[in-house]
Amino acid sequence: MQIDLTINTSVARQILTAFIKSEVTRAGFSRAVVGLSGGIDSALSCMLAVEALGKENVLAVRMPYRTSSPDSLEHAGLLIEQLEIPSKTIEITDMVEPLFALDPTISRLRKGNIMARQRMIVLYDQSEVFKGLVIGTSNKTEILLGYSTQYGDSASAINPIGDLYKTQVRQLARALGIPAPILEKPPSADLWEGQTDEGELGFTYEQVDKLLFLLVDHRYSPEECIEVGFDEKFVKAVIRRVQRSQYKRMLPPIAKLSNRTIGYDFLYLRDWGT
Amino acid sequence: MKLTLALAQISTALGDVESNLEKHLEYIARAKAQKADLIVFPELSLTGYVLQDLVASVAHKPTEEDPIFKPLLEASQNLDIMVGFVDEDARHRFYIASAYLSDGRVLHVHHKVYLPTYGLFDEGRFFAWGDSIRAFDTRFGRVGMLICEDFWHASPPYLLWLDGADILLFSSASPGRGLTDREKLDSARWVERVTRAYASMFTSFVAHCNRVGFEDGLLFWGGATVNDPNGELLAQGPYFEEALTVAELDLNQLRRTRARLPLLRDERTALVQKELNRILANSSRG
Repeated sequence: MQIDLTINTSVARQILTAFIKSEVTRAGFSRAVVGLSGGIDSALSCMLAVEALGKENVLAVRMPYRTSSPDSLEHAGLLIEQLEIPSKTIEITDMVEPLFALDPTISRLRKGNIMARQRMIVLYDQSEVFKGLVIGTSNKTEILLGYSTQYGDSASAINPIGDLYKTQVRQLARALGIPAPILEKPPSADLWEGQTDEGELGFTYEQVDKLLFLLVDHRYSPEECIEVGFDEKFVKAVIRRVQRSQYKRMLPPIAKLSNRTIGYDFLYLRDWGT
Repeated sequence: MKLTLALAQISTALGDVESNLEKHLEYIARAKAQKADLIVFPELSLTGYVLQDLVASVAHKPTEEDPIFKPLLEASQNLDIMVGFVDEDARHRFYIASAYLSDGRVLHVHHKVYLPTYGLFDEGRFFAWGDSIRAFDTRFGRVGMLICEDFWHASPPYLLWLDGADILLFSSASPGRGLTDREKLDSARWVERVTRAYASMFTSFVAHCNRVGFEDGLLFWGGATVNDPNGELLAQGPYFEEALTVAELDLNQLRRTRARLPLLRDERTALVQKELNRILANSSRG
């Protein structure tokens, strides 16, 4: 069967820039801060923020680590030049290495998580300096798969691209004119040398986006996904990943004691009163 | 007879009734400047939509004593006004409601009878269900009001039609969803399809006013429409932005269309009643 994730990019652009403008303004701000990794997701969020708020109102922050690929810095630089936005480069090496040094047995995963969380600290600090809200850069695929560091790269004030699958991010990024090297390179968290998303996940975004599109957007049962041609093991593995990472998509549950408890029966939108 | 209709697809502040009232009065002034006879506001236009625990604090009674309705009633001296609000009854049940104001009086209040409580909707958790569907007389003829989910069920517009309504006024707070490769969101296509179908099937005027603006991540898509008794689109507001869409309705079109297409004349209500009684008596069919 034909599984078509194509989106109308001009409608997406219109909605997402309006979203950023509305939600930043209603929170009492007029500016935004984006951590630019050199990848496509943060490039897209940054570009949408610039369209929404104006180029003088978006600060791009590059936060390389000693082993980060030089391409990452350079690609982020291409976008900063193209958009003509203010930027800062704040290296995190000296911040994270003392922590790494405390435990010689520290794993690659722990280092990666520490780096992601250190970048969050820098970004939120710059948010205060620039008086801008942190714009999220997590796409729907990685949110559903839990492929992120909690309170690290997943932390933001608002997220314009969280309802776009990775392949839709690519489509929109292409339509918005994001520099070709960013569009074309393999996606990577760049937490260690040679890391790629697809290598680490064990499948491609093309494959998993189609499956998630059926499971989540079209409410297909796992059996129906297998019937239309997805491999059974792949379907089960993806469903397990989504299930096990549900905690990453929620605030921590609070144990109920009183008659009115945050999260259960104290219910207001963030836009309350605005 | 002509009716100049103004559809005010506004954005609202969530839970800030006073500032929403100010906006209503601005749009009313604009509609008057364009010589409109009737202005229609969206669902919950005075309060905002995803109210949750704000419901009790934004409720108002459509009376002259009420500080929100007083200026609206005053403004209805030479322009009829349909507004969306939270109505509280004497026993403190809260309803999603539309009020029709004319010449300083409240002609009718409709309580939403279908409260979507599934998917992204949670109305049944916070609101009481309305339990009547009535048409009412205005200076333009007989009118019926419905709110959003009400017209996703075929029976409320049908009942209004049988109750004499020739002008159906629909209001919505419809969140945009379903982005595909098309130019229109799924939610816009769905609503446009059904509202137009009612105009054709009931050979009546059908106006629909949907709000705009964000509430957190939900964007209401606007796109107010009015269709004539032939099911022809007379006017449409833009998507996603605030607008006052003004259209002139030639009410004589009712006569011309129904002379060509006597669906109302031929409607077999006794047959409907007989079969409905049978079906409901045998309710195990579900």
